[in-house]
Amino acid sequence: MPTETAVLIVLLALVAVVALVLVRRRSGGAASRSQPNPTLAAAVPDLRRRLGRTRSALAQAFRRSALDEAFWEELEEALLAADVGTEVTAELLAEVRARHPATPEAARVALEELIADSMSGADRSLHLDGNPAVILVVGVNGTGKTTTIAKLAKRLGDEGHRVVLAAADTFRAAAVEQLRTWGARLEVPVVAGASGADPASVAFEALETARRERADVVVVDTAGRLQSKTNLMDELAKIKRVLERNGASVSEVLLVLDGTTGQNAVGQAEAFRAAVDVTGLVLTKLDGTAKGGAAIAIERRLGIPVKELGVGEGLDDLVPFDPRAYAEALLEP
Amino acid sequence: MFETLSRRLGAAFSELRGKGRLTEADVDEALRNVRLALLEADVNVAVVKSLLGRVRERAVGAEVTKSLTPGQQVVKIVHEELVRTLGGATAPLVRPAAPPLVVLVVGLQGSGKTTTAAKLAHHLRGEGRRPLLVAADLRRPAAIEQLETLGARIDVPVFSDRKAKAPKLVKQALKHARSAGHGAVVVDTAGRLQIDDDLMTELAAIRKIADPDEVLLVVDAMTGQEAVNVAEGFLETADLTGLVLTKLDGDARGGAAISAREVTGKPIKFVGVGEGIDDLEVFHPDRMASRILGMGDVLTLIEKAERAYDEEEALRAAEKLREATFDLEDFLEQLQRLRKMGPLQQLVGMLPGAGAALGDVDIDERRLARVEAIIRSMTREERRNPKLIDGSRKRRIAAGSGTRPQDVNALLKQFAEAQKMMKALAGGRNPIPGLALPGMGRSRRKR
Ligand SMILES: Nc1nc2c(ncn2[C@@H]2O[C@H](COP(=O)(O)OP(=O)(O)OP(=O)(O)O)[C@@H](O)[C@H]2O)c(=O)[nH]1
Ligand SMILES: [Mg+2]
Repeated sequence: MPTETAVLIVLLALVAVVALVLVRRRSGGAASRSQPNPTLAAAVPDLRRRLGRTRSALAQAFRRSALDEAFWEELEEALLAADVGTEVTAELLAEVRARHPATPEAARVALEELIADSMSGADRSLHLDGNPAVILVVGVNGTGKTTTIAKLAKRLGDEGHRVVLAAADTFRAAAVEQLRTWGARLEVPVVAGASGADPASVAFEALETARRERADVVVVDTAGRLQSKTNLMDELAKIKRVLERNGASVSEVLLVLDGTTGQNAVGQAEAFRAAVDVTGLVLTKLDGTAKGGAAIAIERRLGIPVKELGVGEGLDDLVPFDPRAYAEALLEP
Repeated sequence: MFETLSRRLGAAFSELRGKGRLTEADVDEALRNVRLALLEADVNVAVVKSLLGRVRERAVGAEVTKSLTPGQQVVKIVHEELVRTLGGATAPLVRPAAPPLVVLVVGLQGSGKTTTAAKLAHHLRGEGRRPLLVAADLRRPAAIEQLETLGARIDVPVFSDRKAKAPKLVKQALKHARSAGHGAVVVDTAGRLQIDDDLMTELAAIRKIADPDEVLLVVDAMTGQEAVNVAEGFLETADLTGLVLTKLDGDARGGAAISAREVTGKPIKFVGVGEGIDDLEVFHPDRMASRILGMGDVLTLIEKAERAYDEEEALRAAEKLREATFDLEDFLEQLQRLRKMGPLQQLVGMLPGAGAALGDVDIDERRLARVEAIIRSMTREERRNPKLIDGSRKRRIAAGSGTRPQDVNALLKQFAEAQKMMKALAGGRNPIPGLALPGMGRSRRKR
C-alpha cells in the first residue's frame, strides 16, 4: 500500500481525534468542568501541564566545606541520580534552601528530614478487612509481583493467617507454575484455571475456595501489563469488580514497582490507580544500587503510600517501608 | 519536527528565525531546557552532562538555518548527537565463521530475558538457522517451564537439565547443539543484579564456557538512572557485544537506551515491542532519538499504519476523508483501526508537533470508550446522518449507552465542528497551526 495513503489516513483519523481536542478547548472548559460529560471531546482532553520552568543554574561540589553553588549542584545530581525526577528535585531543593542551612551537613540533614516528613504520616499498614480479606497485586511486566506475593504469603502465614493464592496471571507462559512452586514451598493452596482462562473467574474461584476452607486472606497474582494498554487495564478493573460484586472486600490493591524504573513509574501509578484504586506501593529490587526515588514523586503527587520494600529474591526479603531509613539511604553517597 | 521541545524552549528565542550564528548565550539557554527534557526521559544525569558538553561544542558558533529559530537549531544538533550516540545505523547479529551462532542473553531480574530469548530463536528460525534454546535460568521458579512453553509455541527445541549447574548445563547444551547440527544456540540466563558477586562470577563462568558470538544485555526501556550501573557491571563481567531494549511498546521515553549505549559503546541490536513472539524489531537510532526528545515519530506511525490497513480499505478511507464525507460510522471504524495500531496517546505522540499544537494532549481512553458506546448505540442511519437524531432518538441513544441526552448532544455538536476542520484539511489547509503534517507540508506539497 502506498505510504502516501497510509500517512493521509492516519493523519486524518488522528486529526479527527486531535481536532476534537481543539474544539473542546475552544468551546471553553467552564461548563465541562462543573459537569464532567462523557463525550467525544471530553474523552480526549485534559491537558497536563508540565512544569517547564527554567531553574536557576545550580553549579558546584558536594564535599566542599562551604555551602556554595557547587554543593547545591552536587545535591541536585544526587537526587536526580536516585530517580527523584526533575520536578520533585527542584521542589525539595527549594524547600531545603528556604530553611537556610549553615553548612553542607546541615543541608543534607534538612533534606533527609524533608523527605522523611513529606512521606511520614501516611498509613503504611497492610489492611486485612473482610473475611476473607483480598489483596490484589498489580503492576507492569517483570516488576516482582509473583515473588512479592510469595513473600507476603510467608509473612501472613507466620502471623497465623490462613492464606489462599489466586493464580490469575493466565497469560504469561508458566506464570501459574511459578506461583504453584512458591505455594508448594510455603504449603499454601494455589487456585488456578486453565491457561488463557478468564482471570476474574480464577480470582472468584479462589475467593470461594477461601470461604469454603475458612482461609482469611486471598492474595491475587495478576499478569504484568503496561499501563498504556487500555484493554488490559480494563481487564484488571474487571477482576476487582467481580470480586467485589461477589461480596469480597478487596482491602489492599498493591502496585508493585520495580525500583530500577525511572520516571515512567509515576505514569504507572496514575494509570493503575485510575483502573483499580491502588492502596499502596511495593518497591522491589532495592537490594541493588537503584534507589527508587520515583516513589517520592508518587507519594507527593498522588498520595499513594509506599508500604513494603523488596530487598532480595528470598522469602524473607520483604520489609515494611520506613521513610526515615529510606531518606537516609537515598542520600548515602 | 522540533515543536515539542521547542515549545519548552519558550519565549527566549521566539521569532528570531535564521539570525546568523548561535551565540553562547543562545546555546546555554536552550541547553538548560534540553537537559530537563533528557532527564525527564530518564537519560542518566552524568550521561546528560557529557552529551550536552558535546552538543555545546558543536553548537556555539554554528549557523542558524533560515527556517529555524536558534532554539530549534540547538535541538537539531541535540537530535543529531543523540542519533550518533545511539549508533548511527542498525546493527545485525554477527555471522560466526562456523555454526552454531551462540547467543547469550543476560540482564537484571524482570528485564525480559526469557521472552527475548524466545523471540530471537523465532527470528533465527525464520532465517532457517535451526536454533536451539537453552534454559540456563535455574533460579527463578518455573523459568524453565516458561521457556519450554515458549519453545513449544514456536517449534524450537529447548535444552534443559533441572539438576545441573548453569555453566555445566551450557557446556552440555553446546555439545548437543553441535552434534545435532543446530545453526544457532540462544541461552537464557537467570536475572541477576550487577552487584551480586556470586551470580556475576557464575555469569563469567558461563561466558567462558559458552564462548558466545553475541552477549546481549537486555535492558527494560523503563529503567531509570540505574541503567548506567547495570550496563557497566555487565560490560565488565560478561563482555557484552550488544544491547536489547525491551517493553518499548509502553510509553516510557526510553532514555536508558542512551545511558546504556554511552556507557558500553555497544550497539542496540533489537527492541522488544510487545509480548507476542513476533514483537522483536531492529533498532532505529533516529526514531529512538526522536522518542527520547519527545518529537514525532512519523516513520513508526507509517509502519504501524501499513500493518493495520490493507490497501483497499486504506484507499476507501482516504477518499472519504479527502471528500470530507467522513461520518460517525467512519469514525467508529477508524477508531477501532487506530486502536489496533497501539494506544492512541502513543500514536498522537508520534505526530510531529502534536505536543506543541495541542499542549500535552492527554487522551483519556476510558472516556473515549464511553464516546464509542454512544456512537454504538446509534443506528447505522443515525451515524451516517445525525440530522435524523431527534429528541426521542437522543433519549434512546443515551439510555442505550448509559449516558445522558445532553452528552449525546455535545458529542454531535463536537463532531460537526471536527468535520469542519477535516474539510479544511481536505482542502489542503492545515486547521491546526503548529501541527507539522508530513506529506501535506506547509509549502512543499499541495493536494
Ligand atoms: N534482586 C531482587 N530480585 C527480585 C525482587 N523481587 C523480585 N525479584 C526477581 O525479579 C524477577 C521477576 O519477578 P516476578 O515475581 O516473576 O515478577 P512479576 O512481576 O510477577 O513478572 P510477570 O508476572 O512476568 O510480569 C524474578 O527473577 C524475581 O526473583 C527483589 O526485591 N530483589
Ligand atoms: Mg508474575
